[in-house]
Amino acid sequence: MGILEVQNVNKRFGGLQALNNVNLDVVEGSVHAIIGPNGAGKSTLLNCFVGRLVPDTGSVMFNGQSLLGIKPHEINQTGVSRVFQTPEIFTDLTVIENVMIPAFAKRDGAYKLNPFKRVQDEAEIRDHAEHTLEDVGLADKLDMTASEMSRGDKRRLEMAMCLVQDPKLLLLDEPTAGMARADTNRTIDLLKHIGESRGITKVVIEHDMHVVFSLADKISVLAQGTVLVEDVPENIKGHPKVREAYLGEAQV
Amino acid sequence: MLKLGKKDAGLFLFVVIITLLAPFILNPFPESSAFAQFNAGYPDLMQRFVIFGIFAIGFNILFGLTGYLSFGHAAFLGVGSYAAIWMMKLLTMNVIPAIIASVIFAGLFSLVVGYISLRRSGIYFSILTLAFAQMSFAMAYSVLTPITGGETGLQPKVNDPRIFDGALAEGTTPTAGLFGVKMRDSLEWSVGDWLFTFNFGYYFAAIMMLAAFYVSIRIFRSPFGMMLRGVKTNQQRLNYTGLNSKPYTLAAFVISGMYAGLAGGLLVAMDTQVGPERMFWTASGEVVLMAILGGAGTLIGPVLGAGFIKYMENIVSKINDTILHQWFYWLPDGLEDAVVAMIYPFIGKGWHLTLGIMFMAVVIFLPGGLVEGGQRIAGWVRGRFRGKESPTSGKAAGTPAE
Repeated sequence: MGILEVQNVNKRFGGLQALNNVNLDVVEGSVHAIIGPNGAGKSTLLNCFVGRLVPDTGSVMFNGQSLLGIKPHEINQTGVSRVFQTPEIFTDLTVIENVMIPAFAKRDGAYKLNPFKRVQDEAEIRDHAEHTLEDVGLADKLDMTASEMSRGDKRRLEMAMCLVQDPKLLLLDEPTAGMARADTNRTIDLLKHIGESRGITKVVIEHDMHVVFSLADKISVLAQGTVLVEDVPENIKGHPKVREAYLGEAQV
Repeated sequence: MLKLGKKDAGLFLFVVIITLLAPFILNPFPESSAFAQFNAGYPDLMQRFVIFGIFAIGFNILFGLTGYLSFGHAAFLGVGSYAAIWMMKLLTMNVIPAIIASVIFAGLFSLVVGYISLRRSGIYFSILTLAFAQMSFAMAYSVLTPITGGETGLQPKVNDPRIFDGALAEGTTPTAGLFGVKMRDSLEWSVGDWLFTFNFGYYFAAIMMLAAFYVSIRIFRSPFGMMLRGVKTNQQRLNYTGLNSKPYTLAAFVISGMYAGLAGGLLVAMDTQVGPERMFWTASGEVVLMAILGGAGTLIGPVLGAGFIKYMENIVSKINDTILHQWFYWLPDGLEDAVVAMIYPFIGKGWHLTLGIMFMAVVIFLPGGLVEGGQRIAGWVRGRFRGKESPTSGKAAGTPAE
């Protein structure tokens, strides 16, 4: 039994069958990669996990609880954090504030309306946020406004925002897109390191095969809304169906 | 000090000093000089400065922090005023119950309006709040006449029940006060050609304003305030981060509604009458102007904006062409007329034009409002003084929420 179980998920946008009977079984503590050509439905699938989309049919169970029909903040409170394809951060806030907000959410729940608490008294939260920023390599940019950061740094900031919550399941949508090779390798190291020390289950969407094969324990290949194959990396590499999916895309 | 950070404590102390010394600061010109009409240190206007300061501070907690632009805040001001006047009619002319009631009723009303309006965001939210305010205005004018007095509004009358006060002699007008001291009581002090007025009502409202300002600083510096800024920047991220933004925005809405109610109650305490025009949409628009002109999202900005607009409204609007002719009498005749004719559209009833131009200039050149203007001047001065030692010292910009 996996920590995240996806069964027969269908999603239709008008005439387009975006997801077609998708099944996924993510083992606790593992890294599960989802690969596939553009438009295969990878991000749509992730959107169904965090409450941005609701599938037409099918079920998404996390830790034995259905994620369908509950609000995004409730899903997060069950232990699911997501890194988006384009960094979703609080651009007007400082780096440390960006990470303190999710830390508060983790400690205080979905809302705590106390206007007379002071941020400066929350040393515990601040320390935790600072340590997490150290982990992702942003320790020297704590008081920078987030909008001033480079794209790569924004991605790392968003990663810190997820990691500070110590999620059970971390969803990563192309965490290394647009990164230079050195940054990519650093991100791989970070994800590996965190995977080992905290046992966070991860679902990664990725185009960069170098990243996929260095991280993944299992790979699902998605094409035109359908899972073609689900297997360990060694068997995926030479799989004829996978080649077909990617080559098919190349011919179009 | 007062559980404020160093910078905030400095700012608060500065505001306390300015507020307490306002009768001096606003009356810089001798009575007999031609500039005496620019003096703003008379009780009525000073009271307006601080009361609308409260209104703008409250509005800023919603608009400045969460980015939700309410176009109906005058409704809460109006509800506060009506609640206050009813306390004066039913209970006592002491302002304490009036002010407590104004805050409570405005809070309850904003809870209802906020709960419904916050189902939408952006322009739809603004339109919903505007609709509520205009409905309140229209109802106060018509169907609610038994409660609101309709077009004529309400004033405390001699024969009102007023169960806590003794009966008033026939023919006297009830006056608002605080345990025997009347709001309109003033102490006048004339020094040479200067006349300074220390009005009890002003100081009462000023202390309320300082308390409101202090609470606003604390909200800005709390995790709650941080979440509100998160709503403004990226509400979606806030939701995916496990936070339910609705209670936060609703709380901010109700807090700002209570501020508006307090302002409405104080208006009644200073001048015991109220009419429905207080809830008209232009009054809601005015507080938006105040916040943006001063600097939305900054602590002191809305207060500056409120002071600025009330000054224009009361001082610039009083300049007429006779006064202009007096100013420019030394010019040759034809030129004098030409200059007066050129300036005339911007003064008197034309003060709105001046305000409009100032507002456009601020929005275009100083998106951060008057506060940003102040910061730029401070930065420029610092650059001039330290420029030779270190070239980077001049660009020490203020923190975002200063």
